[in-house]
Amino acid sequence: MLGLKKTDTTLFLVVMGLTLLAPFILNPFPVESGMAQFNAGYPDLMQRFVIFGIFAIGFNILFGLTGYLSFGHAAFLGVGSYAAIWSLKLFALDVVPAIVFAILVAGAFAMLVGFISLRRSGIYFSILTLAFAQMSYALAYSVLTPLTGGETGLQIKNTDSPLLSNVPEGEIGRASFLGLDMGASQELVLGGWAFTFNLGYYIAAVAMLIAFYLSIRIFRSPFGMMLRAVKSNQQRMNYTGLSPKPYTLAAFVISGMYAGLAGGLMVAMDTQVGPERMFWTASGEVVIMTVLGGAGTLLGPVLGAGFIKYFENIISKINKDILHQWFAVLPDGFEDVMVSLVYPFVGKGWHLTLGIMFMLVIIFLPGGLLQGGQKILGLFRRKPQPSAAAEADGTKPAE
Amino acid sequence: MSKSNFTRRGVLKTGAVAGAGLTLPTYLRAQDSGFTNAPTGDTVTLGFNVPQSGPYADEGADELRAYELAVEHLNGEGDGGMLNTFSSQALDGTGIMGKKVEYVTGDTQTKSDAARASARSMIEKDGAVMITGGSSSGVAVAVQALCQEAGIIFMAGLTHSNDTTGKDRKANGFRHFFNSYMSGAALAPVLASEYGTDRKAYHLTADYNWGYTTEEAVRSSTEAMGWETVNAVKTPLTQTDFSSYISPVLNSGADVLVLNHYGGNMVNSLTNAVQFGLREAEANGKNFEIVVPLYSRLMASGAGANVKGIYGSTNWHWSLQDEGSQAFVRSFGEKYGFPPSQAAHTCYVQTLLYADAVTRAGSFAPCAVGEALEGFEFDGLGNGPTLYRAEDHQCFKDVLVVRGKENPQSEFDLLEVVEVTPVDQVTYAPDHPQMGGADATLGTCNNGA
Repeated sequence: MLGLKKTDTTLFLVVMGLTLLAPFILNPFPVESGMAQFNAGYPDLMQRFVIFGIFAIGFNILFGLTGYLSFGHAAFLGVGSYAAIWSLKLFALDVVPAIVFAILVAGAFAMLVGFISLRRSGIYFSILTLAFAQMSYALAYSVLTPLTGGETGLQIKNTDSPLLSNVPEGEIGRASFLGLDMGASQELVLGGWAFTFNLGYYIAAVAMLIAFYLSIRIFRSPFGMMLRAVKSNQQRMNYTGLSPKPYTLAAFVISGMYAGLAGGLMVAMDTQVGPERMFWTASGEVVIMTVLGGAGTLLGPVLGAGFIKYFENIISKINKDILHQWFAVLPDGFEDVMVSLVYPFVGKGWHLTLGIMFMLVIIFLPGGLLQGGQKILGLFRRKPQPSAAAEADGTKPAE
Repeated sequence: MSKSNFTRRGVLKTGAVAGAGLTLPTYLRAQDSGFTNAPTGDTVTLGFNVPQSGPYADEGADELRAYELAVEHLNGEGDGGMLNTFSSQALDGTGIMGKKVEYVTGDTQTKSDAARASARSMIEKDGAVMITGGSSSGVAVAVQALCQEAGIIFMAGLTHSNDTTGKDRKANGFRHFFNSYMSGAALAPVLASEYGTDRKAYHLTADYNWGYTTEEAVRSSTEAMGWETVNAVKTPLTQTDFSSYISPVLNSGADVLVLNHYGGNMVNSLTNAVQFGLREAEANGKNFEIVVPLYSRLMASGAGANVKGIYGSTNWHWSLQDEGSQAFVRSFGEKYGFPPSQAAHTCYVQTLLYADAVTRAGSFAPCAVGEALEGFEFDGLGNGPTLYRAEDHQCFKDVLVVRGKENPQSEFDLLEVVEVTPVDQVTYAPDHPQMGGADATLGTCNNGA
């Protein structure tokens, strides 16, 4: 289908199914039950899942295929976000031009950064990209305050009147798609369960499906093969008379545009930008997402993104009171012991849990979560041929 | 899989599924209450969104303690704290309008993105009807805008920048804490009487929004007293060693150093300044002086002995002797074993003010609550008679000018109140140029859906 091989088609259809049915899949627990704490099927988090999925897919095109580790990818996300918010403020409240504008600006910026940074490889490349990202962050934080709003960031104000949209005097414009409010949600109540269908989420989901499809095509194309060649042995490529530069630059720009798309979507879902979106920890986060899920695989980065965002948003919200409720059945003293044992790992300790999980995955599953999934599947397969199957799927983890 | 086969059965099946899908919306639940997250049942959920990690984690932890205390008091547990001293006696310890108060917490990480994500999850998932907290103006402005959009009331925590109720003010957002302008207006007369009116000031300013508004405020009020500003240098927020910024100060011809820094920045820059011997130095025939516009106890304990004799302003201090403050310090101290910070105080008070406004309005609807808070005058919450001004949703109350204590009695007894600047002296017009001028408006209140 759509020029994909059978295995890829299956993968794409599975991803499509998961994305479109996410409101059901992510809300497995009834609203009133104690487990509702772990439900992730609310619009904000679902949007974050797919947006950071896009970001990680794009990052993976660069890192997974060419092996160039960019440590400044958040800069493109941020630049895309600023471009999108200015489009919403000045041009139109419709999100489509905003997203297109975000992709173009991020692409142009990636072209500039890539042109300079790709003169070096390995750690020097990483440092150069990191420097660019930190520079962008510092500029956005203070020097370019008139353009970026500084620390406070940019939002749509009631004084903004975009060129193509009519906003009543004194009203604050809202991002929309063909006149429909991005925040519009429908709630479906079935017994004790509630499922929320949010327009913004579905727009982001469709964008992710397109991004995912393009990434499959890139992975399978001759261009993708060239990028793999850059990764496996750049010198040999040089000696055969091929210059790796255009390929790496193209991969860098494509991946920057993916980041721009993610940035644009973030603004479309939540019309606000702050400079910390470009901070180096944000760049590090996408590296962790990709490595955690499985670098160089198609699905891995999306899984990694979902995993991290789940921890950040769900585990960080478990506080002492909730723990006391959980362990309320235990005898008093024992309850307190359990709470004080678990508490360091939830709430503000979510970083700790995530760090431990990350270490476990890297040590025992160097291929990321995806390798874990394959191992589990391998247990149930009649003829376990993990290496051959992985080769055919093209899901060989990056080393 | 390029083969496509439309069979009659397939088309019918697809049609049936699509038809079923289209009829779905009729089963969907509508919000019939007229506003977002109307509490159903016998509980109401509040969202406490505070920094639990990052540079302001200390303030965040203290804020959370205050919120827990406030919830206890609202639900009629504990000794009632400020409920007994509050001038409005609408709250009776049975929750809010008979509904038991429950709460959810989140980590803002002092990043506007993370803060908004956490606030959105409280609104969309947990059904919070009010969001409060925060320890940075960037976060406060971002979350306030989000609440305006979603139709939720936002009760700001510790945020001192003019913008929160200045150019970024919103109809659904309310701030009890004071702001940069008030700090400047309160400090200037005290500085003039202590140090004279012919001083030359040198500003070091944290390079972000709060730093700018504070520098502007202090500058304009001291210049109005006759001071001269020699230079104003911006320092990166992430700076930890300020020696390269301090060394030019002595030769600049200035005789006062103003540190527009907060949190860790202020601790480091003040320590550096003292190490460079600025306190003992003389310039223009006068003693060299240092001023810190925004003080907090948590910062003072970080800077240790270096704060001795240094002037600054603060929203509230636990050593205040009025009934409200004492009641609060007592219940906080009994529960946690140490006195509360100004961040804890403002968060506690904001929660009570919200609960009280809901009770007086008889409704949780944001517009009704907003109306009850606008122009509300109250007393007994630690700052003396206070007005929630309708034009910009800023509280107007006396401002404390404090000085680092020479002989502290305990590790918490670091600041002494020098003067209580009366509210009239720190009041400004709603369209003051530092507050965004005539362009700044609240907009209309939003009940959401």
